[in-house]
Amino acid sequence: MNLELFLLLASALFCVGLFGALTQQSIVMLMMGLELMLGGVILAAASAWRYIAPAAAEGQVLVVVAITAMALEMATGFAVVTALFRSREIDMTDMAAELKE
Amino acid sequence: MNDVAFGLLAALAVVSGVMVFRFDSMARATFSLLTSLLCVGGEMLLLGLDYLGIVTVLMMTIEMAIMAVFMVMFMMNPAGLMPMTMTHNKKGAAVICGIAFVLLAAGVLLAPWPARQGKPPADPTMDLGMSLMGPQMLTMMVLGMALFATIVATVVLATRRGRYDRFGDDLRAPQASDPVRGGVGR
Repeated sequence: MNLELFLLLASALFCVGLFGALTQQSIVMLMMGLELMLGGVILAAASAWRYIAPAAAEGQVLVVVAITAMALEMATGFAVVTALFRSREIDMTDMAAELKE
Repeated sequence: MNDVAFGLLAALAVVSGVMVFRFDSMARATFSLLTSLLCVGGEMLLLGLDYLGIVTVLMMTIEMAIMAVFMVMFMMNPAGLMPMTMTHNKKGAAVICGIAFVLLAAGVLLAPWPARQGKPPADPTMDLGMSLMGPQMLTMMVLGMALFATIVATVVLATRRGRYDRFGDDLRAPQASDPVRGGVGR
């Protein structure tokens, strides 16, 4: 185990998540992609703490911030899906394109 | 031993991450994502972050359970009985992600990473707690406010009837029009 391996894993997770976020039409599936991307970010922050500056607790604080961002993204995403579904009965990104027109 | 665990968890994390977008069944996709994120939690345990690793594992388990419920609520095809694809621009996205991965990997492998400074504390959890309750208190308070704001925002977004529904567009209705009238002399 070393920093490079962890960061490669984190980039792989990030890119798989990015693929999902770009391709999925369903908003819930799109959020799954975002979750995977944030999982990669969390792992990268944790490995940077361990292998670059383990004595500084700020690295761990960064992980806490990333985990909180994940929870907030999830909660807000579900609320937006609920609001969209209530007002327009849609659950796909392509149908929610009013601002484009 | 740790290397083997790292390799297994890494392979499982990436494979189940890919499977999230290949399964037809939404329930399977959700649990595949759960597997992937649990592996991330496991990797954090390997890194010595006991508390944060366990927090990730617990949070992801609950989050994916909620996500499965939302999947069944909103998706047309929760059980995957009719195979269908709900994707757009797969090729373009694959190219973008391939380029992104190559760039990230090149950065990871070519960057001159600084030498390790200091030793990991005997109890990282204690270290984190003292930091959050000491020099990083501002961060903790901002996180608390962000969580609170999210609670308010999600309730506002998800609620069916707002004040304009109850008091009219100019909010001047003398009485709220509720499906069930309230008590206390209203």
